[in-house]
Amino acid sequence: MDELMTDNRKVKVTVNGVKYEASAEPRTTLVDFLRAELGLTGTHVGCEHGVCGACTILMDGRSVRSCIMLAVQADGAELTTVEGLSIDGQLHPIQEAFRESHGLQCGFCTPGFLMTIFELLEENPNPGDEEINEALGGNLCRCTGYQSIVEAVKIAAARSAS
Amino acid sequence: MKPAPFDYHDPATLDEAVSLLGRLDDDVKILAGGQSLIPLLNMRLARPTALVDLGKITELDYIREDGGAIAIGALTTQRTVEHSQLVRERLPVLYEATRLIAHPQIRNRGTIGGSLAHADPAAEYPAVALLLDAEFKIRSASGERTLGAADFFVTYLTTALGPADVLTEVRFPLLANGVGWSFIEMTRRHGDFALAGAGATLTLSGDECSGARIVLFGVDATPVRAKGAEQALVGQRLSEELIASAAQIAREETGEPLSDNHASAEFRRHLAGVMTERALTEAAGRAGWTN
Repeated sequence: MDELMTDNRKVKVTVNGVKYEASAEPRTTLVDFLRAELGLTGTHVGCEHGVCGACTILMDGRSVRSCIMLAVQADGAELTTVEGLSIDGQLHPIQEAFRESHGLQCGFCTPGFLMTIFELLEENPNPGDEEINEALGGNLCRCTGYQSIVEAVKIAAARSAS
Repeated sequence: MKPAPFDYHDPATLDEAVSLLGRLDDDVKILAGGQSLIPLLNMRLARPTALVDLGKITELDYIREDGGAIAIGALTTQRTVEHSQLVRERLPVLYEATRLIAHPQIRNRGTIGGSLAHADPAAEYPAVALLLDAEFKIRSASGERTLGAADFFVTYLTTALGPADVLTEVRFPLLANGVGWSFIEMTRRHGDFALAGAGATLTLSGDECSGARIVLFGVDATPVRAKGAEQALVGQRLSEELIASAAQIAREETGEPLSDNHASAEFRRHLAGVMTERALTEAAGRAGWTN
């Protein structure tokens, strides 16, 4: 067998409104690309097989798991990561709600939860319990527990409605 | 965890993809949404020498009603199916099955063609395809062919697709008016793969069952028809006892399910019976049965 071609590819993405262009081996996962090539380390690498949700980001407005996507698959896409939530040092209302309701302790899972909730509230500004549980079902938290995270969703939803 | 190196191709059209696959060796894998394949690559359980990424082929992203069936392009995401008004109104059993797939983040990327071609025996789309007797359109460099669901699924993670074949479309026949349906599963946690699940369609003439189809999943190497249970129902007056005895037959028909740390084979077999009973009861209700 010939030696494998693993030529780097140019990947162009817009992340949190900023355009980036970097080269990546085709086997580079999107989360590794964000962290290692673009220096955006807010997105966390958890299970690396699509179970825990820690690496959740938005791609063209939709929540995706960046550990089970290749960077080359995101070429041309618009991405939002946790770094894009706060503006001018002001926490996003979802982040505020997490702080108030003690929605985090160690914080490892938090970026993934925040991005999942961001998508949920964009689509459904006033979700019921079942809809919140359905949305959060794909994110694991091992220390805080889910009650205070669900509470944070409700606080953020109520605040954006008022 | 990092995938082993591979050669990467991203053809822009189906024709290009098909001719590329015709030229590459057998060690190539097709990448669609990647929600099953990339975990396997990350863990190096799969080490293909080349990937052909179909992500740029927009021509395979569609849902339309066509000649008594809902035709869905293979690269349509599960999320698009879930949000399709057409699917919800014309084939709600497919909507129900879609809602049971993993989590929203997975459904945003996962495609219907990828899920069918991956053929996990506990997955929802292979089971609903067998339940509805879906047709699979397949393209390769040598032309197009069509396979029925019964011939498509071969064994664990294995279909009739060859390495140079591309699944392009799946056609789900619509259910006739009045046919009751159900699609349910049991999972350890919401969004997990099913320990066991069942889909059923049921037709009534008065209070007599005139047609039944039952598919079990998560209990064998592919989704399977519970044919003995189907036969026990047809031509009989529907009753709770009849449904219970059909469920018992389904349980006995179940081969040797996997035993793993999620569930023993015996528990999965038990669940196959429970799921069958619940699915038949729900399908009967939707067919107008009032017991």
